[in-house]
Amino acid sequence: MRDIISRDGTISADTWVVVPRPADGDALSIPDQPALIPADLWLAGKEHFEGRDGIGVWFDSHDEPEILDGLVNELKLIAVNFPKFSDGRGYSIARLLRERFGYQNELRAIGDVLLDQLQFMKRCGFDSYALREDKDATKAARSLSFFSQGYQAATDTDMPLFRRRAS
Amino acid sequence: MYVYDEHDRQIAAERVTQFRDQTERALAGELSEEEFLPLRLQNGLYVQRLAPMLRICVPYGMLRSDQLRRLARITRDYDKGYAHFTTRQNVQLNWPALEDVPDILSELAEVEMHANQTSGNCIRNTTTDQFSGVQVDEVVDPRPYCEIIRQWSTFHPEFAFLPRKFKVAVNASENTDRAAIQVHDIGLQMVRNDQGELGYRVHVGGGLGRTPMVGPVIREFLPELDLLTYLEAVLRVYNRYGRRDNKFKARIKILVKALTPEGFAEKVESEWAHIKDSPTRLTREAIERIQGYFTEPAYEAMDNASERLASQRFENRRFDQWLSHNVDSHKKPGYAIVTLTMKKTGTPPGDVSDTQLEQIAELAEAFSFGEVRVTHQQNVVLADVRQDQLFELWQQIEPMGFATANLNTLTDVICCPGGDYCALANAKSIPVAESIQRRFDDMDFLYDLGDIDLNISGCMNACGHHHVGNIGVLGVDKKGAEFYQVSLGGSSHHDATIGKILGPSFAQDDMPEVIAKIIDVYVNNRKDEEPFLETYRRIGIEPFKERVYA
Ligand code: HEM
Ligand code: SF4
Repeated sequence: MRDIISRDGTISADTWVVVPRPADGDALSIPDQPALIPADLWLAGKEHFEGRDGIGVWFDSHDEPEILDGLVNELKLIAVNFPKFSDGRGYSIARLLRERFGYQNELRAIGDVLLDQLQFMKRCGFDSYALREDKDATKAARSLSFFSQGYQAATDTDMPLFRRRAS
Repeated sequence: MYVYDEHDRQIAAERVTQFRDQTERALAGELSEEEFLPLRLQNGLYVQRLAPMLRICVPYGMLRSDQLRRLARITRDYDKGYAHFTTRQNVQLNWPALEDVPDILSELAEVEMHANQTSGNCIRNTTTDQFSGVQVDEVVDPRPYCEIIRQWSTFHPEFAFLPRKFKVAVNASENTDRAAIQVHDIGLQMVRNDQGELGYRVHVGGGLGRTPMVGPVIREFLPELDLLTYLEAVLRVYNRYGRRDNKFKARIKILVKALTPEGFAEKVESEWAHIKDSPTRLTREAIERIQGYFTEPAYEAMDNASERLASQRFENRRFDQWLSHNVDSHKKPGYAIVTLTMKKTGTPPGDVSDTQLEQIAELAEAFSFGEVRVTHQQNVVLADVRQDQLFELWQQIEPMGFATANLNTLTDVICCPGGDYCALANAKSIPVAESIQRRFDDMDFLYDLGDIDLNISGCMNACGHHHVGNIGVLGVDKKGAEFYQVSLGGSSHHDATIGKILGPSFAQDDMPEVIAKIIDVYVNNRKDEEPFLETYRRIGIEPFKERVYA
């Protein structure tokens, strides 16, 4: 089972399964445990999931988070997939979910998540990280804490350094 | 010049610790080669043909004497005693050992330097005009805006893994563009609108490389305080929609072209509408605070030293030539801008030894308030020299090799490292530059030819800006042999143009003769004082073709 790292570097076990997008024509099969399903499929069958616990959604890096505008807080967990660690689209998706659509609940990075991305993910509003299995989760706390401040405003702070300097 | 405060110092120190940790994990095998790649690139570390190469950031080209001395010491202690000034105003070391890099970075951090974001798919060093703040015709000093962009782009959490590298350049001169802004991913031209308000004309999607393009204007006027929110909107659109499936189609220019400039601008505007008034919007105080670092040095009230210079010129012809070519006028009476040329025939353009770095440091202290600027033509500028000290300065720099009076002439070549150092090269570029410099060693003839940009790249990555040279030379591979393709008519200035290919490529030995023929056609066709580019634009490429391939 994968380790889930939280913002402060603590480690817990992953209880969620990521349900892959079914091939064309196939039905979505949801296991009997907390499950993340593709966001557009959740939207399409929303009534069906109503009242059911343990359903979250995931976005792939080329997906448009705009489809959930106005609905995000109906979800307890949203995940964003990094198909490759060098694919940076997920950072923009996270900021949009948080800063534009006002998502309040847990936002998780999944996929090719490595130690050196954690600091950026944290600043863009992710609060849990499904570290790739071959990486050493005990080093995550250190990777998350190299920087004590940043220059920009992002999800973690709306005070860019130039405003903090002035106050 | 900008000076770090406790925040900048803390961030810089934390970065050194972080990179040390990353290097240790890489050396311990905890990071694969592929995983370490973007991390080391974001720290300016390439692995090259002969050794790793470390690109050190020189924000918008500004260096102090203590920094030059530290660079000299680093080249001695960790490298082979020389460094290279690049076309993006940075400094490059060609032979450091990977395990030494963390130590080099700590030495740099002590003098407020670093190698952050000098390569990799992130926002790179912002470049500008080397005459900023001292020239007569600028709208405003662009350097504070470059510093604001530097801070905003440093470790920006959303934009550390862009589809491809991203370069921003700023220009504030009305009549010239020494920063080549229209061949950058974003080019900002500082302007005043009809109401006299300061702002930027925004070009997006310029670039060289495989698909050279002049960046179209996507916004005619962006108000001064909206700089960062607008940049953030452009970058977000690029980060989300730029192509990631093909490295050669991943630059923002391809996206701008695919959406059309109007379509791209619309997307940016609608993104911007959401974030325009966010806390990232600049404040007047924030700008003034940074401007406070770029105040005028303690100039003395003086008159122009015209008479004295006139008699010195009269007595010494070489001084006269140097003054005409390598010295520019300054906004303050009694001062002048001096360009130290790093283009002595026989030395690769932009190369400097440790001793030379120290000499430059001393010259800066003695003659120019302890600061220099690196230019994108790979030269070094002393921006604030007293006119009555020009002769003395010239006497000192002649033996050092910095007074080759060829600034902006045919032999002031922009040249990439090419096949001598670079693993990606198709052909060598430095020997071609040298053979052309040797062929045109008659200074009077060179002066008579006037300003000509000759730019050489060893492959289509275009590090030597060959597309925008009035004469461009590109190394190509022809069945395993090194050949050179010539293009004509390029420009990197306000009239930015991509050069046109002349025809089939040439062998290395033929290059000086080919250039000589091109020059010949120009000399035979020019009207009065017409510069090369104008003659070319008037007569077209045909006469050149006929002559060269006759
Ligand atoms: C020796 C190691 C070097 C390597 C491996 C290298 C590699 C590259 C590559 C691959 C590109 C094209 C990127 C693209 O189109 O997306 C590029 C562009 C560029 N390089 Fe280099 N380079 C090296 C050295 C230099 C040096 C020493 C300079 C300065 C003299 C330089 C200046 C540039 C510039 C200005 C561009 C931008 C062209 C554009 O706008 O597309 N490079 N380099
Ligand atoms: S243009 Fe090509 S050969 Fe020259 S430095 Fe760039 S990548 Fe190397």
